[in-house]
Amino acid sequence: MNKIKSLDDLRKMKQSLEHGMNIREKSNSPESLVQIRVAMATCGIAAGARTIMNTLIEKIEKEKIPAVVTQGGCMGYCYAEPTLEVRVPGKDPVVFGNVDTQVAIDILDKYVLNGELLDGIIPTNYLTINEQK
Amino acid sequence: MNDLSLHIIDIIQNSLSAGASLIKLTVEESTVEDSLVIEIEDNGKGMTQEQVSRLDDPFFTSRTTRRVGMGIPLFRQSAQQSGGDLIVSSSPGLGTKVRATFINSHLDRPPLGDVANSLILMVSANPDIDFFFRYSFNGNEYTFDTVEVKDVLEGLPLNDPSVIRMLTGMVDANISDLRGEL
Repeated sequence: MNKIKSLDDLRKMKQSLEHGMNIREKSNSPESLVQIRVAMATCGIAAGARTIMNTLIEKIEKEKIPAVVTQGGCMGYCYAEPTLEVRVPGKDPVVFGNVDTQVAIDILDKYVLNGELLDGIIPTNYLTINEQK
Repeated sequence: MNDLSLHIIDIIQNSLSAGASLIKLTVEESTVEDSLVIEIEDNGKGMTQEQVSRLDDPFFTSRTTRRVGMGIPLFRQSAQQSGGDLIVSSSPGLGTKVRATFINSHLDRPPLGDVANSLILMVSANPDIDFFFRYSFNGNEYTFDTVEVKDVLEGLPLNDPSVIRMLTGMVDANISDLRGEL
C-alpha cells in the first residue's frame, strides 16, 4: 500500500476506506454499537492501557466487530488497571479489571461476540466515583 | 510511565476532564539546541493560581475527588531528571497550558515513544474534540489539524479502525521524515 503522507493522499484513499468500513453504516445509529471504554488516567496508562487500546482496535478492524473504542478517566479502580467498561446495547455496562492483551481479546471473542461472561468483572452494579453520593 | 508519549496521553486526559473542546499538542525537538519541548494547551475550564500551586504536591488531593493526582508530578519528574522543567500556566475559564522541557541528549531523558499512536488514539476516542498537533525537528515542521482531516474525510468516522490505522501511519511517516529516519 502506498504511504499516506498528505491530506491529498488521504483524500485519494477515501474510497477504499469507505469500502472496507464496518462502522459507517451503523454510525447513523451509534446506540447499536458496542462501546468499549478504556480507562486512561495516570493509573490506567501506567498499567498499559494504550497497549490494550491498540489491541482492541486492531482486532475490531480485522474481524469487523461492530464496536467502538472510547476513552474514560479514572473510575477509582486503580488497583485493577487496566480496566475496560463494555456497554453492549440493551445491557448494563460491565467493567473488567486487570485486562492484559489476552484478556482484551477474550472480552471481544467471548463477551462482545457471544455474550459469555468472563472472570475479572469488577462489581456487577457499580457507580463511578463521579456518580457516587 | 515508560516514555513521554504516555505522559502526553495523561495530560490530554486532564484536558478532556476539564471540558476542553480544542487541544493543541506541540512537540519541538532540536538536536542543534539540544532541547526537547512538549506543550499541551487546552481551552478547558482552567485552574486558579491556588489550584496550580497545589499541583506541586502529588498527594494533596483526596482520593475521592481525583481532580489532580500523580500525572503532573510524574511528568515534572521526567522533565527535571532530564535537566529541564515543567511549567503549568492556567487561568479560570480560559484554559491550561502545560509545558515540559528537556535536555534532548540527557542520559535520563525518557524516549519520546510513539507520539503518532498516542495522538491518533486520543483523536479517535474523542471524535467530537478538535486536536491540533505540531511537530518540529530542527525548525522543520509538520502540522496535523483534525478540522482539516474531518473536512477531507467528509463524515467518515474518526473512530473507525481503518481510519485510525491510516491516520496513525500518516502522522508517523511525517514525523519519521522530519527526523530523517528511513
